[in-house]
Amino acid sequence: MNLWNRGIICAIGFVTLTAAISAAEMPGVTDKEIKIGNTMPYSGPASAYGTIGKAINAYFNKVNAEGGINGRSIRFISLDDGYSPPKTKEQIRKLVEKEKVLLVFQSLGTPTNAAVHSYLNKKRVPQLFVATGASKWSDPENFPWTMGWQPNYQTEGQIYGSYILKNHPDGKIGILYQNDDYGKDYMIGLKKGLGDRSNSMIVAEESYETTSPTIDSQIIKLKASGANIFFNVTTPKFAAQAIKKIFDFNWKPVHFLNNVSASVGAVLKPAGLEKSQGIISVSYYMDPTDPHYQNTEGMKRWQKFMADYFPEGNRKESLNMYGYLVAQTMVHVLKKCGDNLTRENVMKHAANIRNLKLDTLYEGIEVNTSPSDFRPVESMQPTVFKGESFVPLGEIVKSGNDKIQ
Amino acid sequence: MPEVENHAVHPDSKSGVPESSSKTIGLTDVEWRRLAFVLSLSFAVILPFVFEGFTTFQFTLAGIYAIAILGLNLLSGFNGQISLGHSTFYGIGAYTSAIMINQLEVPAYWTIPAAALICLSFGFIFGLTVTRLEGLYLALATFALAIATPQILKSKHVEQWTGGVQGLDVYKPDVPQALPLEADQWWYFVVLGILLLMLWCTKNLVNSRSGRAMIAIRDNPIAARSMGINTSLYKALTFGCSGLYAGTAGALSAIVIEYVAPDSFTFVLSFFFLTGMVIGGMASIPGVIFGALFVLFLPNFAEDFSKNLAYAIFGILLIATVYAMPSGSAGLFSAILTRLKQKLNQ
Amino acid sequence: MDLFVQQTLAGISNGAIYASLALAIVMIYQAIDHINFAQGEMAMFSTYIAWTLIVRFDVPYWIAFGLTLVISFLGGMLIERIVFAPIHQAPALSHLLVFLGLYAIFNSLAGEIWGHTIKEFPSPFPDYSFGGLIGAHQVGTIVIVMFMLAAIYSFFKTTKLGLALRAVASNPESARLVGIKVKWMRALGWGLAASLGSLSGMMIAPIVFLDPNMMGGILIYSFTAALIGGIDSPGGAVAGGFLVGVLENLVGTYVEFIGSELKLTFALLLITGTLLLKPNGLFGRKIVTRV
Repeated sequence: MNLWNRGIICAIGFVTLTAAISAAEMPGVTDKEIKIGNTMPYSGPASAYGTIGKAINAYFNKVNAEGGINGRSIRFISLDDGYSPPKTKEQIRKLVEKEKVLLVFQSLGTPTNAAVHSYLNKKRVPQLFVATGASKWSDPENFPWTMGWQPNYQTEGQIYGSYILKNHPDGKIGILYQNDDYGKDYMIGLKKGLGDRSNSMIVAEESYETTSPTIDSQIIKLKASGANIFFNVTTPKFAAQAIKKIFDFNWKPVHFLNNVSASVGAVLKPAGLEKSQGIISVSYYMDPTDPHYQNTEGMKRWQKFMADYFPEGNRKESLNMYGYLVAQTMVHVLKKCGDNLTRENVMKHAANIRNLKLDTLYEGIEVNTSPSDFRPVESMQPTVFKGESFVPLGEIVKSGNDKIQ
Repeated sequence: MPEVENHAVHPDSKSGVPESSSKTIGLTDVEWRRLAFVLSLSFAVILPFVFEGFTTFQFTLAGIYAIAILGLNLLSGFNGQISLGHSTFYGIGAYTSAIMINQLEVPAYWTIPAAALICLSFGFIFGLTVTRLEGLYLALATFALAIATPQILKSKHVEQWTGGVQGLDVYKPDVPQALPLEADQWWYFVVLGILLLMLWCTKNLVNSRSGRAMIAIRDNPIAARSMGINTSLYKALTFGCSGLYAGTAGALSAIVIEYVAPDSFTFVLSFFFLTGMVIGGMASIPGVIFGALFVLFLPNFAEDFSKNLAYAIFGILLIATVYAMPSGSAGLFSAILTRLKQKLNQ
Repeated sequence: MDLFVQQTLAGISNGAIYASLALAIVMIYQAIDHINFAQGEMAMFSTYIAWTLIVRFDVPYWIAFGLTLVISFLGGMLIERIVFAPIHQAPALSHLLVFLGLYAIFNSLAGEIWGHTIKEFPSPFPDYSFGGLIGAHQVGTIVIVMFMLAAIYSFFKTTKLGLALRAVASNPESARLVGIKVKWMRALGWGLAASLGSLSGMMIAPIVFLDPNMMGGILIYSFTAALIGGIDSPGGAVAGGFLVGVLENLVGTYVEFIGSELKLTFALLLITGTLLLKPNGLFGRKIVTRV
């Protein structure tokens, strides 16, 4: 029995060893396919975001149908982590060690990505274009294998801060934020933007939990604080509630709404368009429900993609557009790699994107990275809501390259 | 159907009642049980050498969950106190370990008993506080604890220690140099060792005088009190012990996963443990292992069916499992064994 | 003072939301002696049915409202007959797992059928705000909750059916012996609870917007409200709902250390504290057990 076992162990060891050697150069890549791993909260309370994974999958299907990447088709293995960090660790290890994926792409969530941050960097597996706006993903010195994609929350907060300082220097700011990493990152950014004025200008900070049924109590407190500027750092459901509530409570502050919820179809329309007039936000890609952009070439391509490859997806949902854009970025990087699909080369090209234009990014906003700049999208367009759409408000703002901590 | 009820109330009767000396294929029940134990133990020992690191890691997680579920079972299965708050104890254990390793630079191994002791005391105090509550009201009080935990962990008052919403990274110590093992294998054996120790302790505990008192309180608190058992003290002590198990498991999870965050310890985790306990079998000690494997692998299994409806499939499988074994794996196994024995002895 | 009035009114409006679902929880508890953790998700699902009727099929509000109550009633009965009939004898905690299973099924199905984008749900009341203090819909919800309470109260106290229902829950064997159709009573209880839940969902959705996770957070509060009031007391559930709603707001406003961040935690602590003094809830009956 003992001998037999040892035999098995040796055999398995041998098989894995040879497999490891043959795959050492380009794990997850054969002549026919490229394996890409991903985790998404398909189940549980954050399942609304699961549609990003489906949109990405649909886009890769389109790429494959059109001949793939230099003759290789993409195999996108997307696993459910239910937004639970321990589960993410389990699933990512499965992807890396069992499925032997080339890289991990667009895994969603800050705590979930944080749980595998050091693991993937130790294993030297690219953790590309993570779906979270936390600032810690752009740290090429300490984590050379991890890169974000969207403008990070702090940068965005900073843009609002500078804007307020310039246009409402005597304003009193009341903040409503979600009590998690996302909400707190926005606050840090805003305070940075305001500089030394932040203590005197911010008169109230109120938080809510995702389990809070309503945010009425917080809005009442913000109103009572005497604030005349409302900084609204909330996810769609609470953003819509807040827009409706401040209108009902006869509070008329200058309203800044974070990009996360700046969607006409998903937030402003349910809240009431007449209650949303004058809301200021920033954006980097077009809102699929905004009538203003319906006739651009990029938007038409997106709609055709949705109709052909993702017909069951919601065409009002901006997350589906987000998934499309980020998948385009991934495909761009893979194409650049040519036949040299090693993890090192993928990282090299991910860190050397020059002026990449994507279908539905705002005019003038491009994807740029360099070995010292791991922040693909850094520019944003301030917008104000007028009539039925967000219209540009001044110039595109590019955040500085200073390292934000 | 009435037999089902029977299993639910006295599934543990076999450990209290003297063994029958009848033999099945030449072996007595005790011998059969020993054989089963030796076989499963050797399987458990071989396992990390057969599977690759990732699968070993999964089994390590299952072992950790089994420890937590064992603690919950001690409380609910043997003592009749429902808890929807075990994610709290698990979380306190994990954070104790993480804070000690990350900020105080204590060697990881020492943080495990420390976490266990902290959770023991917290569990005892909490148990003493809620000693008057029963059934649903106890469920609510513990549920409140579970809801509050992530909020407290990220509160600005404790942020400097807990790392707030960003959580804390934990660095897992290397394998002792003398051993020719991978990190995954080593931690698998550490967890396995602790699990075995815990299982052994639980078995002895429930067969002891104190264990009988615990069970008596579950079966009839008033009668137990009139027999001179200090029910409040016993209930609080059981709560403490149960917390100790969950805290140990939590500390191990922090080390093995190498990261803690408030989002890892929501009330969903409590339901997760509860599911493991019920599926394993109330008041069944070996059942916890089955329960832990079940809760770990069921979501993966559901996912293979359909990505879009993973959650719904999970629900359907859960319900189907309850149909198949209304009183958990322990009930099902003992029913099968009885049947089998009758067949073989004919 | 103004702040105090506003917070109290907002607390009462929230309380009405908690109370409405808490009533459904009490109802099901009266009928089957278990707490249905999937009650919120069932209510959410019913609300989506109402939404489909109103928005997709242009059914007038009140007709859709009535239809939803009926559909939910039948749906609730079906769930009892299909899902729970085979496992009546299973231990209490096994029931809990089935409730969790149902929770996952309804949540996932709703997301798959209707998507996760929030939807506006119409209110039967005018879009009017009383001096910027409280909306007409909120007032309407409070009135409907009171009406629900009165209906439940008279159902259990004055009708034979209500009495039979309670008999089944407290002692199914004896109930059978006196000729009550136990099977159908249970199904009836499920139907009524599902109906109440759908009513609650239709009142909540205009306030919080309709999405598959609409009821997740509310269930926590309603569960708390039902227990603080005493799980067998409909009046207690309503009082509990208002108590939790008001308490949470006032504590969050006036206690600096707690603020919005810890207000739920504090409310829960306070409630646990209350339970320690009154272990069967504020209005619950003490259960006497014989040795």
